[in-house]
Amino acid sequence: MLSDYNFIGIFVVVALIFPFIALGLAYLLRPKKPNPVKTETYECGLETIGETWVRFRAQYYIYALVFVVFDIEAAFLFPWAVAYDQVGLWALAEAFLFLGILTVGLVYAWRKGALRWQ
Amino acid sequence: MDWVADFWIPLIKAVVVVLVLLLGGAYMTWGERKICARFQVRYGPNRAGPFGILQPLADAVKAIFKEEIVPNHVDKIIYVMAPGISFAAVLITFAVIPFGPEVDLFGQRVGLWVGDIEVGLLFLLAIAALGSYGIVLGGWSSNNKYSLLGALRAAAQMISYELILGISLLAVVLLAGSLNLREIVDFQGTWPLLVLQPLGFLIFLIAILAESNRSPFDLPETENELVSGFMTEYGGIKFALYFIAEYTAMVVNSAIVVTIFLGGWKWPALISDLHPLAGVGLFLAKVLFVLFLYVWIRASIPRVRFDKFMRFSWKFMLPLAFVNLLATAAVVAFL
Repeated sequence: MLSDYNFIGIFVVVALIFPFIALGLAYLLRPKKPNPVKTETYECGLETIGETWVRFRAQYYIYALVFVVFDIEAAFLFPWAVAYDQVGLWALAEAFLFLGILTVGLVYAWRKGALRWQ
Repeated sequence: MDWVADFWIPLIKAVVVVLVLLLGGAYMTWGERKICARFQVRYGPNRAGPFGILQPLADAVKAIFKEEIVPNHVDKIIYVMAPGISFAAVLITFAVIPFGPEVDLFGQRVGLWVGDIEVGLLFLLAIAALGSYGIVLGGWSSNNKYSLLGALRAAAQMISYELILGISLLAVVLLAGSLNLREIVDFQGTWPLLVLQPLGFLIFLIAILAESNRSPFDLPETENELVSGFMTEYGGIKFALYFIAEYTAMVVNSAIVVTIFLGGWKWPALISDLHPLAGVGLFLAKVLFVLFLYVWIRASIPRVRFDKFMRFSWKFMLPLAFVNLLATAAVVAFL
């Protein structure tokens, strides 16, 4: 079993080599004639106005927060799902309790308007 | 250390799988253009070779020889790395997917998978999540407002649907009792999981469409509002890497759908005991079918609006996935 992780390691190395080959090959073959107009930010074809890296809306951040809660919960549920056969009805009751608490959280976030995209 | 079994065979397998994936991704671009064209009563690419079959090759050559422009104000290291991350993550995802049974090849017993690990499904989810880094970093480093918006959208969309992906897979794990993908395929010996989990399959399909930014959920790169989203500032080979990463992701995602819900390389209930390599053929046929489904959906359904899409995720799909999970758990407990 452990050797399978080695196989995946080999695969990862092979997979990482390919983008390098592509980028390297293009680096060697392509022409390089930059000039100031060419290297301007393209955006939508017009000259750019103002800073790009500014504060953006908080909504994305709130989604990320809600996500963290539920993603960790999913991570907790994976071992539960694997061992489900051996634990039986208790596991079901516990899952209902666990998901119940989380649903309260979801409903709270919902009521608070965290999921609303104004 | 047994060099043949522990190094050369895995290395050959890895190279072959990566090459097949690359070829698959490249030809998916051709296939999509061709099928989309037929949907719109056009011919699609038909100049390079018969039926335009050499089009991907021509595109690759063009991308490699293009002058590359690195705009002035980009965050250069991240800007160069991002397409590579996107691409490598897609390839690595395939490492745990079994595409055939154990077969005898050239006097060696070879399992037709790269790595057969106990936590295969978790590995799958973890690496698939890495793919979003490529997009987010690329959009962020481009120093372009549209790219930034695209990257933010990608991040929000991917985290929302990753959750749903995970929860719909939990029901599968419940039934199969394992995270090992080979065992999940074995579990589908008689019936594919699609039969036991029709709702789960639907949820998973929508989530994986959203996860791989495919139409109708290709909001990070909407041409009509964000120019091209996170890849506006990219050109030449880096653009090609992003592009082929997206199409290889389609192939890999189809393989995931086939492995988890459509029975992998197993034949349905009645037929069995065919040559093991026929199983690989069946796997490929199923993957091609799911790929066609992808293009079919793209050709048929208009793009959704972002706020509606997020609302759909959190207020409909997530509760639905929970209900599906609990219903499955209850059924398994009482039967």
